[in-house]
Amino acid sequence: MGGTAPGKPLGTLAVLIILVALPSGRLAAQAPPGWANASGEDPSGDWTPRFDEDWEERIPGPEIGDYLGLPINAAARFRGDAWDAALVELPENQCRQHASDYGWRGPSNLHIWPEVDRATQRVIAYHTHLSAYGAEQTIWMDKRPHPPDYALHTWEGFSTGEWEGDQLVITTTHLKENWIRRNGIPRSDLATARVHLMKHGNYLTVAVIVYDPVYLTEPFIRTTDFVYSPQAQMAPWPCEPVDEVDRPEGQVPSHLGANPFLDEFPAKYGIPPEAARGGAETMYPEYQLKMKTMRLLPRPAKVVPNR
Amino acid sequence: MRTMCSGFFGFLRRWAGEVFAVVASIAFACSATKILAQQPVNNAPTPDYSKAEVHVLHVQGDVYMLVGAGGNITVQAGNDGVLMVDTGVAQMSDKVLATVRSISDKPIRYIVNTHVHPDHTGGNETVAKAGMTIAGGNVVGDIGASASNQAQVIAFQSVLDRMSSATGAQATPQAAWPTETYTTPERKMFFNGEGIQIIHIPAAHTDGDSLVFFRRSDVISTGDVFVTNRYPLIDLQRGGNIQGVIAALNKIIEMAIPAAIAGADLQEGGTMVIPGHGRLCDVADVVFYQEMVTVIRDRVQDMINKGMTLEQVKAAKPTRDYDPRYGATSGIWTTDMFVEAVFKSLTAKPQAAGGN
Repeated sequence: MGGTAPGKPLGTLAVLIILVALPSGRLAAQAPPGWANASGEDPSGDWTPRFDEDWEERIPGPEIGDYLGLPINAAARFRGDAWDAALVELPENQCRQHASDYGWRGPSNLHIWPEVDRATQRVIAYHTHLSAYGAEQTIWMDKRPHPPDYALHTWEGFSTGEWEGDQLVITTTHLKENWIRRNGIPRSDLATARVHLMKHGNYLTVAVIVYDPVYLTEPFIRTTDFVYSPQAQMAPWPCEPVDEVDRPEGQVPSHLGANPFLDEFPAKYGIPPEAARGGAETMYPEYQLKMKTMRLLPRPAKVVPNR
Repeated sequence: MRTMCSGFFGFLRRWAGEVFAVVASIAFACSATKILAQQPVNNAPTPDYSKAEVHVLHVQGDVYMLVGAGGNITVQAGNDGVLMVDTGVAQMSDKVLATVRSISDKPIRYIVNTHVHPDHTGGNETVAKAGMTIAGGNVVGDIGASASNQAQVIAFQSVLDRMSSATGAQATPQAAWPTETYTTPERKMFFNGEGIQIIHIPAAHTDGDSLVFFRRSDVISTGDVFVTNRYPLIDLQRGGNIQGVIAALNKIIEMAIPAAIAGADLQEGGTMVIPGHGRLCDVADVVFYQEMVTVIRDRVQDMINKGMTLEQVKAAKPTRDYDPRYGATSGIWTTDMFVEAVFKSLTAKPQAAGGN
């Protein structure tokens, strides 16, 4: 499968597997409160995330040099190594929002609502609002074409949706560059994303599949869950960049030589440093056997917990 | 769960037995779709212009972007007429004119050249002759109607110098030369109801680069100091320098203002940026590009400071994290050429101060 073309068969298969694997309670057929469509084929409503899911990566933030389980190539790995967290301090980056393929992971309540054509009363679009950065995505349901490749790319990209069974499948193009993991592992502006919205009872699972011909060697799949919350509050997200650090104009922080912090993560968790470097191989269960043969770093004397 | 295709270590820590079957199943699905070895994405061959099409994209306000005629072309159209930034390659002139006519039937009054290269100036002669200068009364009476029967071509002085001094295969017809030049840091004009700033950037892509800022439409046309499909081309022979490219990118970032909603800076939208080549952009795209170019400049400078030679710098591959996006091994501007241009920019001896 090429990196640029969304792998529809893979996406569907993966999502079916996810559904089958979910605890049976989540599959219980019931009329979810507040959903517009009696058949349950409408994701509209207010949702709150569950941060016990991948807490370490999503809230404190990923460790420097933790590329585990990411199907990245050598270019992405080197870019992650050179990344300096001070980059986020630059005024032009302080309010940079998560792109739509990552935004579901953020500290955000989620509001989804349909846009209905007045004459036909058909849903022509769904809109999502995430409280983090006030990010809003439009998912066109009227089969309009995607713009030409020379059109503007945005954080949210251009998205179209269609129903596949009871899943809303969203295809997004025209994304700006963003990240796969917030420790410098990039996702390029040539990437596309396919997102499956799946509801089961009062739960909404969002499965995002990213295809990036620049930095990924295989599609990257990640799920995030939300819980129906009709009283969820949608807080504002005022963000105004300021000069936090006095720097020469145009200075871009980066590690020019070896990054001295890369060994901290594997040492802290007792993971072979080679495994921490990521790559498609590290996604698969059989890699555990290989890890047993790998060198470990000495554990630090004190381990400071993340929470 | 952390990830489905990835992050299974996190799974295993918390729900090892319960979800192992899921991970295994998804691993099977993923392994069935291995991607082949990747190729650089910007090594597209030179287009066959006989079959090429010019595409038009309304940017905002009175400004449009024309794509497909070599370098990108910016068109500003209004009641006063048409102003174009660059004219593309000569082979596409007729198609460019037809596209401009689909936007406006008003006369083409001005052409601004962002620099000297023929993929941006090749259409000057044909397009200028199809235009008309705003002139009349005494001007026409005194010096004849020929003074007004073509569009003015505006550029920094060195563009004219280079065009008029070129000989042999590089020679440019006089009819394509700039008719109005400037030597100051900035030239201002007012056309179609908006102020237009033409800003010179010294020693960047070439020694004659101009940014064109449409203030009411809020669009910056950059020429080749900013592109989206390759590393910046630094024409050392025509006075280019990596430091000037970075200065140009910083200038664009300084000028552009992103959109905001309800007090939240979106860090996208707002001022639109038309690059010399590639897709339409905004300031966030320029920031990504500026960060890339600056980091590579800093790496090469660091290697120079350590005493490394050009060949050693090339062997160290200081661009390798960006090569799948901007690199090329063939074509007019390879990664190797870029690294060499950066190295030579940073090691060039300052020119001795001249006399009078």
